[in-house]
This record gives sequence, structure tokens and C-alpha cells, in this order.
Amino acid sequence: MAKRIDVSGLNAYYGGFRAVEDISMVVEPRSVTAFIGPSGCGKSTFLRTLNRMHEVIPGARVEGKVLLDDENLYGANIDPVAVRRTVGMVFQRPNPFPTMSIKENVAAGLKLNGVRNKKLIDEAVERSLRGANLWNEVKDRLDKPGAGLSGGQQQRLCIARAIAVEPQVLLMDEPCSALDPISTLAIEDLIGQLKEQFTIVIVTHNMQQAARVSDRTAFFNLSGVGQPGRLIEIDSTEKIFSNPSVQATEDYISGRFG
Amino acid sequence: METPRDTSAPPGDQQPPQGAHTATPNLAGSSPQRGRSSLSDSSRTGRRGDAIFKFASSGSGVLLLVIMAAIAAFLTVRAISAISANHGNFLTTAEWQTQTDPITFGIAAIALGTIISAVVAMALAVPVALGIALFISHYAPRRIAQALGYVVDLLAAVPSIVFGLWGALFLVPHMIGVNAWLNQYFSWTYVFHQNEPGTQPRSLFTVGVVLAIMILPIITAVTREIFLQVPRAHEEAALALGATRWEMIRTAVIPFGRSGIISASMLGLGRALGETMAVATVLSPSYVINFHILDPAGSTIAQNIASQFGESQGTGRDALIAAGLVLFVITLLVNGGARLIIARRKEYSGADA
Repeated sequence: MAKRIDVSGLNAYYGGFRAVEDISMVVEPRSVTAFIGPSGCGKSTFLRTLNRMHEVIPGARVEGKVLLDDENLYGANIDPVAVRRTVGMVFQRPNPFPTMSIKENVAAGLKLNGVRNKKLIDEAVERSLRGANLWNEVKDRLDKPGAGLSGGQQQRLCIARAIAVEPQVLLMDEPCSALDPISTLAIEDLIGQLKEQFTIVIVTHNMQQAARVSDRTAFFNLSGVGQPGRLIEIDSTEKIFSNPSVQATEDYISGRFG
Repeated sequence: METPRDTSAPPGDQQPPQGAHTATPNLAGSSPQRGRSSLSDSSRTGRRGDAIFKFASSGSGVLLLVIMAAIAAFLTVRAISAISANHGNFLTTAEWQTQTDPITFGIAAIALGTIISAVVAMALAVPVALGIALFISHYAPRRIAQALGYVVDLLAAVPSIVFGLWGALFLVPHMIGVNAWLNQYFSWTYVFHQNEPGTQPRSLFTVGVVLAIMILPIITAVTREIFLQVPRAHEEAALALGATRWEMIRTAVIPFGRSGIISASMLGLGRALGETMAVATVLSPSYVINFHILDPAGSTIAQNIASQFGESQGTGRDALIAAGLVLFVITLLVNGGARLIIARRKEYSGADA
């Protein structure tokens, strides 16, 4: 199910402003890749270019290539809607649909894909909630509103919603930044399990988190305010955190930045 | 470093932080003792403003209730005096004879006309209003959306008599063809059957069309505001699941705006039910119960009050007031019903998200 992502020469713009400059990297399948770097360095923007969510912002555009296995997501005949069905996303703040029950939230993506069979939907809901380690907590109240759950549960509900459509890749944009340490731990455990099936890319401001969950880490930086963000280096997490090849990475990781 | 206050304070006296200085300059400045008591001194913390505001706001609330109660009492007292003089059954009589003696009047025809014209107006206006609101909030380029928004707000301020004149002078002649078409193909629905094809379409249906155009701006303006308030996070959640724009609107925008859509429709319905001038200009009124809405017949409560008021006296006027009370009750019921619908799914409303 998991696919490899191969990015080359990618630039992302907001109107006339170039937010991300000339990024090339490879994201390995069935692994966790973490993006770290200071605020405003373009890591979230870059993440959103991987499922064509960047361009939903008015005036935003992308140049370059993103190959999912061998298919260019920015190719001429590619439908961005189809891309987003293949590359799922979990956001910074838990955003379950407030008007839907827990079950309806998980089933939302399936319904968009035209699945109408009740039995299939029920199975997928249970499988996804189990996959998101949420089943035991919510199995008796599947028809209650998703917004009634705690923050950590809501975020796991969003993960269940994202994996219900069986994507190839799961993008996570600071998924724990609005959560307490215990909920964070639950999500991190979950990421460890999900990488068996999915290619996972996670943006995080928490370097311990990057060190704990990821196999490879990419460090982004920008040379100044108003300058585009760039990829400084990407390597195995162990190497980045023990012996990075660029001085700026070491400065950032050891807290000696700026 | 040296401020005037520093010189007046005794040496070694601990200065409160800078923020406290600016809040109570005189107290701290004149003597350290009074500076210490500033926590218990309420005269400087704006309590009086608080009290005035509390009085003003709760007073306004009470005043509204008093006015409502006074109107209801007035309507009820006058209505009872008219109904007790009524020779017919107030609820089931269709005719309206208040010049004769004994007087005979009933709301059956005019209440029906009111409801029919309002239902036609809602059926036509709500879908179009939602379409315009969605276009402004989610489809149109920003500049067009803004211009269109201004136009909609402007339309909401046009006096109803203008719509009425337009309806009578322009719409009525142009409705002949529409009526003939409806009669030809939808006569079997009973509702669109014409007893005498080709008559002037001064009918409840035409009234409904004029009312629909009239209430379109208010429904559009309110729903547009609701749609603009849908959190970006919910829209992105839908898009990231692989929703097209329309699917995103269906999954995230419309459910979120549901109670707002209902409220906006109720605002429009209230206007349609109570509209007087536009109806009076277009309709050729008659007191008959007729479900063929293309026929030039029927009347509405508000239009009846306006057209009868000048020539009625005494009990005749009271009879009109009784009709007004019925309109009051209809509006109340409709609003209550809408509130019930909203309350039933309150925990899913998303208002707290």
C-alpha cells in the first residue's frame, strides 16, 4: 500500500512570495520521515505540496516535480482531488466535522468515494478506529458527536478518518502540538504502528518527538525573514541527531540557534 | 528613570510595577498609604459604569417584553370584541363582510392566501438564495464576490412598494406565458390548474414570485455571513479527504450553516408573511378558498388589513385586528417550529467548535 515519494526541484509560492525554494528529497515507503526547523521555514508549506493542498489557498502555486512511485502529482492529467484521496493528511488542530457523529466522521471519506454498502462502511469504521487505537474508547458511542471527545481522542479520530480511505501516504502537520503529553504519547505509539502500512511524513516542532518516532529527519531553514525556506539536509534520524553534516543543523538541534 | 512620582515617594518605599502607576497615578503619587488601599477603593475601578451598563441592558430587555405584552394584549382585547360580534365562524368563514349588519367575517381565505403565497416565495427564494450565498462565499473571485455582496445588501434596502410596482407593471404581463406553460404541463398537479386559462395572472403565484424576489436579499445576506464563518479547518479536512469543491460544501459548509440557514429562511418567511404593499399592488383580491394558485383569486392577511382599514370603522377595524392577531400567531408558530428543528440537533451544531 505504501508508496515512495521523490521530490525534485520544488518551489512553492504564495502569490509573488516564494515560501519554499528548490527542494529535492526522497521519502522512503513504510517509514516515518520527520521535518524539523524553525517557524516560517516552509516545512508545513512543503508538506502541503505533497498532496496538492497548498494550491487550495488563493494565489498559491507550485513548481517542480513530486513523484509518487512513478507518477508526477503535478503532471498535466492529474486530478488534485484524486491525489488527496491517495495522500491523506492530519492537521495541527484536531478538526473532526462538528456536525457528524464519530462514525460519520470516520465514514466521511468512504462516502466521498461513493461507498454506500452499510456493511462495508461498518467494517471500515471499526478497522480504522482500531487502527487509530480509539475503538475501545468509543465503540459504545459511535453515534455521539465527534466534537464531544477529548482533544487527543479527536486527533486520533482524525487519523482514523484519514486512514479509512486507505491512502498510500499519511501527512501529519504537527499532529501533537495542541495535545497534552499523554495524548501525544498515544499518537506517537500509533505512528509507530501505522508505519507498517503507510508512508508517513510528520512535521514537528518537538525535536524529541522527531527523534522518537522518525526513521529519517529533514532539517529546513531560512536565511532570514522574507527569504524562502530551504532543505538543509536529510539523513537518518540517528545521524541527524548525533552527527549532522551541516553546522546549522547541529546548532538548531542543540538549541544554540541564532 | 526620574519620574515625578519617584520624587514624591519616600526613599526606600517599594514602588508598584510600572503598569500600576499609570492605572492609578494620583493615588500612588500623593501618599503611599492611599496607594496601599487602592485594592479596596472601588470608586476608581469603573463600578459605576458597570452598574449603568447593567441597568441599561437589562432595562432594554424588559422594555422589549413589555412592548410585546402590550401589543399582544391590545390585539387580544380588540380581537375578542370583534369575534364576539361576528355572525360567522371566525376560523372557517371565507368571506369578509364588515360593512353589513350583522357582520360576518373569517380568516379561512386570507390565512390560506397568506400561507400559500409565503410557501411559494420560500420554495423559490431559499434555493436561489443559498446558491447566491455559496457563489459569493466559495466560488466567486474575491472582487466579484465583494461587488455582488454590496448589490445584495442594497437590494435588501429597496422598499417593498417598489417591488410591488415592478411586479404589477412588469411581472404580471410577463407571467402570462409562464402560467400557460405551467397549466399545460402541470395541470395534473391540481395546484397549477387554471380554471380560466389566459386570465390576468394577478394570482397568489405571481405574488409568491414577487415575494420571493423581495426576500431573496435578506436570506442571501444572512446565509452568506454564515458560510463565511465556516472554519477553514473543516473545509481543509474535507478537501484533504479528497472532496471536490461541491463535496466539500456538502460535507463541511452546509451542515455547519444548517441552523443559520433555517434562521435566515425564517427571517425571510416573516417578511413574506407580513408583506402588505407588494401583495396589494399585484393581487386582485377575493375572499374565496382556492388551491389553484394560478387563478386570479385569494387574498392575504396583511393585504386585507391594508385595503380594508380605510373604509372600516369600529367593529370592522377590530375584525381586522383579529386577523392581525392570527398573523401574529402564525409567525409565532413558524418561529417555534424552526427553533425546534435547530434545537433537535444542537449537539451537532458545531457552534462550540
